[in-house]
Amino acid sequence: MAETREISAARRRWMLLAPALAILVFAASGPLLIVIMYSFLTPGDYGGVIWSFSTDAWFNVVAERDFFDETLSFSDAHWSIFWRSVKLSLMTTAVAFLVGFPTAYFIATRPKATRDIWMLLIIIPFWTNLLIRTFAVMEIIRNEGVVNSVMIGLGIIDEPIQLLFTEFAITLGMFYVYLPLMVLPIYASMERLDFSLVEAAYDLYASRWRVLKRVIFPLVKPGVIAGSILVFVPSLGAYVTPRVLGGGKQLMLGNLIELQFGQGRNWPLGAALSITLLAIVMIALMVYVRSAGREEVSHG
Amino acid sequence: MKTFLTVAGLTAALATPAFAAGELNIYNWGNYTNPKLIEKFTAETGIEVTITDYDSNDTALAKVKAGGHGFDVVVPSGTYIPIWVGEGLLMETKPSGMENFKHMDPQWIDVAFDPGRSYTVPWQWGTVGLTVNTSVYSGDPNTAAIFLDPPDELKGKINVVPEMNDVMGLAIHYYGGEQCTGDKAVLKQVRDGLIAAKPHWLSIDYGTVEKYAKGDLSAGVNWNGASFRVRLQNEDVVYGYPKEGYPVWMDNVAVLSDAKNVDEAIAFQNFVMAPENAALISEFARYANGIKGSEEFMPADMATAPEVNIPADLKEAAYVAEVCPPEIQKIYTRIWTDLQK
Repeated sequence: MAETREISAARRRWMLLAPALAILVFAASGPLLIVIMYSFLTPGDYGGVIWSFSTDAWFNVVAERDFFDETLSFSDAHWSIFWRSVKLSLMTTAVAFLVGFPTAYFIATRPKATRDIWMLLIIIPFWTNLLIRTFAVMEIIRNEGVVNSVMIGLGIIDEPIQLLFTEFAITLGMFYVYLPLMVLPIYASMERLDFSLVEAAYDLYASRWRVLKRVIFPLVKPGVIAGSILVFVPSLGAYVTPRVLGGGKQLMLGNLIELQFGQGRNWPLGAALSITLLAIVMIALMVYVRSAGREEVSHG
Repeated sequence: MKTFLTVAGLTAALATPAFAAGELNIYNWGNYTNPKLIEKFTAETGIEVTITDYDSNDTALAKVKAGGHGFDVVVPSGTYIPIWVGEGLLMETKPSGMENFKHMDPQWIDVAFDPGRSYTVPWQWGTVGLTVNTSVYSGDPNTAAIFLDPPDELKGKINVVPEMNDVMGLAIHYYGGEQCTGDKAVLKQVRDGLIAAKPHWLSIDYGTVEKYAKGDLSAGVNWNGASFRVRLQNEDVVYGYPKEGYPVWMDNVAVLSDAKNVDEAIAFQNFVMAPENAALISEFARYANGIKGSEEFMPADMATAPEVNIPADLKEAAYVAEVCPPEIQKIYTRIWTDLQK
């Protein structure tokens, strides 16, 4: 009797899980499988795919045959775009951490009553549409924008500095857009931090730097890891920000993929590049989580 | 209950106009449709119009091909019409039999992309050339050297529209080739020339009317109507026709084969061929339209505008843009990717 009840309980659990599982399987794996399938097909003449097997798309992700002298070489264009995407995403994550960590610390050390107001200030921009926030950054840094006008007005510079349409502009835009994703998880860890531990460390004559490094940081590390991942991953696949602030001259992976589905008319290559992007994210996460985990062991 | 029903019936009757009401979903280039044109169409027919923007022919083609778009009318460039027709995406609405067809300029009836007009009616036509701010650079604007081998004054202040075929066409003609060439010697020059020129460009972007007008940009590859709109805000700006060769294009109103509002879409095709309506299209976007008699309804400055009326000595350099064969397109895409990286 007890056994059947256990089985039915197990079955009930499965049935309760079923909708979530179904969504995961169909909504996550389904499209992914289609993308993988498309990457092994032949491009149609005017977009779309022809149903014949080909590995050309994957070959073209990393290498190219020069159409002038037929020599084989690394796909310089793709590599430089990969590299720019990774570089700018890392820079965005680093800057977001440098600004986000003190911000979260500041908020967590305010009296309970005022914390919510500070948090609200972090979250409000998040309610605004991404495109609008990106155009706002553009208005600030353009040649006739706020930054240049003020600096010219103060006599610091004579001619506007070209800030818009540079890698700096893209990094700034992504930093601004994704900053809350860094602050929120760090704040969540920081809020749970027992500040009596900090007092204890001071009592034991720890310097401020030592307290930060040996007490606060290890305890909020899960939040830092979560925040870094939340900023790095969308930065890597960013499309709108590089398109608007990069002026079409500094492509990132998202724009390269769009190019293949649009003017390039090479859907299989676009699909292969999408999977490459996914793979880079996975590898980056694995390396990051593993190295973070190892450090923990050595501390323990 | 009865009162409730009466009230409900009355509300429904008031909400819908008395004449044949319907909906129409138009998929058109951004910043290209005169709101007055749509208001007039709705006032005359009672059809509610929704407009969705796209920024390039390829975006439109890819989206419609993918299905599930819900659009009835699309406005592709002539170069793309054979692709749309070949893919079975357009409905053969036979505009040649429509009431307002008699207004069409004969030179736009037997066009290569739709001989005799079985699918499409003209929206606007124009050229791809160069916008130059003469207060920055006073030299000859009628050459592709403006963006391929720019004078020092313009360096770092140039925009190039991200239209692969137009930009490739301008560059190929600059280096002595013809559009859609597969000549490797020319294409090598084109690639090297474009890549060498790119550091002097500020951006490769759409939607630049404001930026030219405010001086963020001093020169660049642009469409004639867009350049016209810049001049209306900043009179230092001129439009140049590259003497080495420049494309002429026409955008056309077509009905999608899976349109849900077919009657409304056909009514719209007929509507835009009426001269006073075609004039509204031109009044807004500042391109010529291919409808006879529309001139008299247009603003006076259109008749004399150098952006619309091609100078006699530069007419020879114009070529009607074509779509290149897929194997050529592949090479162009590679050059384009190398350029944008």
